[in-house]
Amino acid sequence: MTVLEVKGIEKSFGESHILKGLDLTVEKGDVIAVLGPSGSGKTTLLRCINFLEKADKGTLVFGGREYDLANMTKKDIAAVRRRTGFVFQNYNLFANKTAIENVTMGLTVARKMDKAKARTIGMDLLEKVGMADWHDRYPSQLSGGQQQRVAIARALASDPEIIYFDEPTSALDPELIGEVLAVMRRLAEAGMTMIVVTHEMDFARNVSNRTLFMEHGVIVEQGPSREVFEHPKEERTREFLRLEDSPHV
Amino acid sequence: MTAATWELILESFTKILIPGLLMTIPLTLLSFGIAMVIAVTVALIQYADIPVLKQICRFYIWVIRGTPLLVQLYIGFFGLNNIGISIGPFAAAVLVFSINEGAYCAETIRGSLEAVPKGQLEAGYCCGMNFLQIMTHIVLPQAFRSAFPALFNSLIGMVKDTSLASNITVTEMFQKTMQIAGRTYKFMPLYLELAFIYLMFCTVLTWVQRWSEKKLSHYETQGGR
Repeated sequence: MTVLEVKGIEKSFGESHILKGLDLTVEKGDVIAVLGPSGSGKTTLLRCINFLEKADKGTLVFGGREYDLANMTKKDIAAVRRRTGFVFQNYNLFANKTAIENVTMGLTVARKMDKAKARTIGMDLLEKVGMADWHDRYPSQLSGGQQQRVAIARALASDPEIIYFDEPTSALDPELIGEVLAVMRRLAEAGMTMIVVTHEMDFARNVSNRTLFMEHGVIVEQGPSREVFEHPKEERTREFLRLEDSPHV
Repeated sequence: MTAATWELILESFTKILIPGLLMTIPLTLLSFGIAMVIAVTVALIQYADIPVLKQICRFYIWVIRGTPLLVQLYIGFFGLNNIGISIGPFAAAVLVFSINEGAYCAETIRGSLEAVPKGQLEAGYCCGMNFLQIMTHIVLPQAFRSAFPALFNSLIGMVKDTSLASNITVTEMFQKTMQIAGRTYKFMPLYLELAFIYLMFCTVLTWVQRWSEKKLSHYETQGGR
């Protein structure tokens, strides 16, 4: 079953053409790793399909409806966002809210859910990401890895059909990356549909079922992760994987 | 100092303090309250980048910050009366003080709004909240916290600025002191006494500020991680 389909998405910032007409189809349960050098448009792609940036062109098929990405009404945007989750590189937790409040805000404020009911759901999700004991802490009292796990619980709160991860471990100290990846791996194994922009090669190789390599606003190569990693077809992919795999010293 | 001077000081103390309690404080609190409503509205309009309204706000801030408060008071009382709009001196003072303070505080709040990381706004949208919900629950509370010391500065400044209302016949503390001094010619002790009463008012406000800042900083913690 197709969860999401993007067709011919284009985006420019001033003179620079960031996305040059990409197509992407996501099936239910897919975990898609999006790789590529800085400036290749990976993050912009995610931001455009969740309307944090307005695409210049392109269509989005989601929940049985087709949307024109360049002409979204506020209502359409809200309708799509209600069924998607987004995890940011810098967590972006609400600084004035506790962990549990961060998770339940979307339910109590945006959907007017009963507070007690939202709390039960929220505690359940915090349990899932191993943060239940920290539910009453403020973001400033948590480590980066813990904040990101709360952010993942927050993205799960709306019971989304797909979650977008925008370099979820790039801002973390090396020793904290593992705990976040472990949570993501568990989600993947539980069948959650995910698009993950990442530099974590092990995650892409071992957890994602499809890998997509982007450069200069186009998809250079895509396919089953094992295949892309073991037998990359394009010279550029091979070069990128070699560089990313070599120790950075 | 002679015994007569001490007697004058003691005797005039309540005479000055009462208009302080009945005029200076209500004038300050009322004007500052209205100023806050203006300030938040004007700051939000600019933050949300609403065309036309935004230009009107910039114009308002430009004019108010570019003209003396005393002149504004004269326009608000004598000027308005002149063209047939007769509002009492107290009402005129409230009107002018709130419009004046609103412009300054709007800039304070706008700065604090812009200092809240934009990522939280985006996260709010991704959680399905709309602009107003994000403002009320996430951005404004944080902006208010960081603007708090500067806003309190404005409030303390306003307590003393209300003395200018004496110019438009509001019988507040300064007006009352001038009346007593004009009768007794004891300028030094009386104006020192007045200064002391202003200082007391502001000292209490300083305590309130310190106490509220402690209350407000619950989500900030020792050092960042």
